[in-house]
Amino acid sequence: MLLEARGLACARGGVPVVEGIDLALAAGSALMLTGPNGSGKTTLLRTIAGLQPALAGVLMVAGEGAAYGGHADAVKATLTVGENLAFWAEIHGAGSHLAALAALHLGPLANRVARDLSAGQRRRLGLARMLVTGRRLWLLDEPTVSLDLATVALFAGVMQAHLAAGGAVLLASHIDPGLDAGRLDLGPFRARSAGVLFAEGVA
Amino acid sequence: MRALLYRDLALALRSGGGFGLGLAFFLIVAVLVPLGVGADRTVLARIAPGVLWVAALLACLLSLDRIFALDHEDGSLEALATAPIPLEAVVAVKGLAHWLTTGLPLVLAAPVLGLLLNLPGAGYGWLVLSLALGTPALSVIGSFGAALVVGLKRGGLLLSLLVLPLFIPTLIFGTEVVKRGAMGADPLVPLALLAAITLGSAALLPFAAALALRVNLR
Repeated sequence: MLLEARGLACARGGVPVVEGIDLALAAGSALMLTGPNGSGKTTLLRTIAGLQPALAGVLMVAGEGAAYGGHADAVKATLTVGENLAFWAEIHGAGSHLAALAALHLGPLANRVARDLSAGQRRRLGLARMLVTGRRLWLLDEPTVSLDLATVALFAGVMQAHLAAGGAVLLASHIDPGLDAGRLDLGPFRARSAGVLFAEGVA
Repeated sequence: MRALLYRDLALALRSGGGFGLGLAFFLIVAVLVPLGVGADRTVLARIAPGVLWVAALLACLLSLDRIFALDHEDGSLEALATAPIPLEAVVAVKGLAHWLTTGLPLVLAAPVLGLLLNLPGAGYGWLVLSLALGTPALSVIGSFGAALVVGLKRGGLLLSLLVLPLFIPTLIFGTEVVKRGAMGADPLVPLALLAAITLGSAALLPFAAALALRVNLR
């Protein structure tokens, strides 16, 4: 198992959002988190990434941890595409960033300053960072935002290759990422206290 | 780690990176003081150590909020927090990069400005030495302050209020070194205390700053 969670409860800003989450992700498998806005997809992913502590439950992430791709792309505007990716490759001790560059068709843009990228190109660069981390578990928060259909398909291929190589993907998305993935709707796991707070907010 | 240092240096040197701002600020303050105080050479000679140190301190302050705020905005900080290098090392390296781009130019420019302020001849060596020993403490203490306010909108002003009081010991011992050196007295005691502040803060504060970053990333 690359990821195992039992009875996991997570909070955002001190308010419990989801609780009682059980999930397990083996090498080669993918799971898609669904649910309306505010249902705790990002919170769950950030907790698994280790950016915030869990409120309760057991969380086990195999090996060196997970690669987390959040809403922001971790791209420096004044560096070129190649420099951005080479930096993350070196931080993670990966040999070369060129394969990742090619996998997301960023080769022709390698010398372009990231400031001049379109939103979709910037997203592609952010996703290429997942490849250079060398981590087996990918946590992706709405990876397809601002991607065109062809690039969604391209990235689905990248994820499939990652799964075939023994990786695992946990992603939050509102659209079908074109991946053979299980689905987990976070709606039923809404924390009871969150419901209470929500009701009070309405009243 | 080396990659992070090179990246931060490259970012500072590229357009909009803010390199030279602190140096220009240092220069302007040191030029303004004689204009305000008047050209009385004995008065200038007496206040020169203090003016140079206060100006250096304010120049350091200018770029502190960039240390973590920019990385926080574009998601790099989250990516670094999940990277295989410890967050404490990230803080230390970013503090070092801040010193190399802000503190070191001040150290090198200080003798020229000492001339403008009529610093006595015996003081120049001690001025450079005290700044070289003291400004790293400013960068390290500043990166701790920057870690505390990361994520706050317009945290720059709050950062100044938080950090300036913490700069006081460095300022006191730094100016004391230059004053004593300029008067021909023995500056070794304040120099040792200045070095102690720098070493102590460089050893301890990255841990506190990393803790603050982790809390602010939640």
